Amino acid sequence: MTGNTPTTNAITIRDLVVDYGPRRILNGINLDVPHGQIMVIMGQSGAGKSTLLRCILGLKKPTSGSIQMLGTDIATASRKEIYKARKQIGVAFQGGALFSSMSVAENIQLALHEHTDLDEKTIQIMTRIKLDMVNLLEAENLMPSELSGGMAKRAALARAIIMDPKLLFFDEPSSGLDPSTAAELDQLILTLKKGMGITIVVVTHELDSIFKIADHIAVMKDGNLILTGTPQEIIDSTNPEIQGMLNRKPRETIVDTDAHLRRLTGDF
Amino acid sequence: MECTVRSQTGFDLLELGGEVDLQFSHKLRETILGSLKTGNPLLIDMAKVSYIDSSGIASLVEGFQTAKTSKLQYGLLNISNAAMQVLTLTRLDKIFDLHSSTDQFKQKLQ
Repeated sequence: MTGNTPTTNAITIRDLVVDYGPRRILNGINLDVPHGQIMVIMGQSGAGKSTLLRCILGLKKPTSGSIQMLGTDIATASRKEIYKARKQIGVAFQGGALFSSMSVAENIQLALHEHTDLDEKTIQIMTRIKLDMVNLLEAENLMPSELSGGMAKRAALARAIIMDPKLLFFDEPSSGLDPSTAAELDQLILTLKKGMGITIVVVTHELDSIFKIADHIAVMKDGNLILTGTPQEIIDSTNPEIQGMLNRKPRETIVDTDAHLRRLTGDF
Repeated sequence: MECTVRSQTGFDLLELGGEVDLQFSHKLRETILGSLKTGNPLLIDMAKVSYIDSSGIASLVEGFQTAKTSKLQYGLLNISNAAMQVLTLTRLDKIFDLHSSTDQFKQKLQ
């Protein structure tokens, strides 16, 4: 997924390095995200996924390297240029990040009131179109505190797409959701890609979700991008670290009963 | 965005083309609502629409609602693939009166 064809990519990252003091968090990342496709960035906690996302969104200045997003070099752009580029992107944060004092509809249409001079009727219809797309029309007047976890994620998604972004970022879409709700959200992401032609970047470690939605997968570990490829290429990889991630088992299946009891009780 | 209204026998034909997005959708809204104010049925030719976002769709929806209230025929003609994808996603392909020819629309006027 790396190469020298930036015009076909929504995002092109080259030699990205991020240091926090003496600690290197990202170590020379190269990544291309093609237009109209879903790129999943996976990796365990501490791999650098969130830092990479923060860099792409212009929330963290890298130590070195370049990030071309929809034609703007985020790493060197001015605040004004980053602000302009951000109007073309939508972000659905992990916890929803809805304003608790506003209704669902008010949360969703906030960006339209802030960034456009559209007629109120147009804004109302656009809001309802997006609520209908995420199957949340009946929750229009609810407050965020009245939403379930799945509803809050869908509301966050509706807010992220209200401006019809060219690029959508989704941080841990399935985390904290039951399998059925998570599957619904995966389907919704696929529908948005197909229907709106949006390029989508998903950061997650949920394997079920990854292989349902990804066109391409980037696997991170310890600040390095250890492999990028299609889901099949990732599955076929003989890299032991990749296989370790794919074949990880729940901890209890590999625990020796006696040893674990000893650890917990100090007896035996 | 191109947005031109031509008077036909018994109805107005709005020829829509190019990219219908946040920047131009207010013009589409004004054109649709202005045309309906004349009391003529409205057919919107969307063959040359290369992109339409939800603000453009919202203008089409508001026009449809206004036409229904005024008991005027209101149809969409020659939906481009790009526009049809968005209409399908929003389930509006089942709501709007879609036509593949002006003759089809004219029959509805009789």
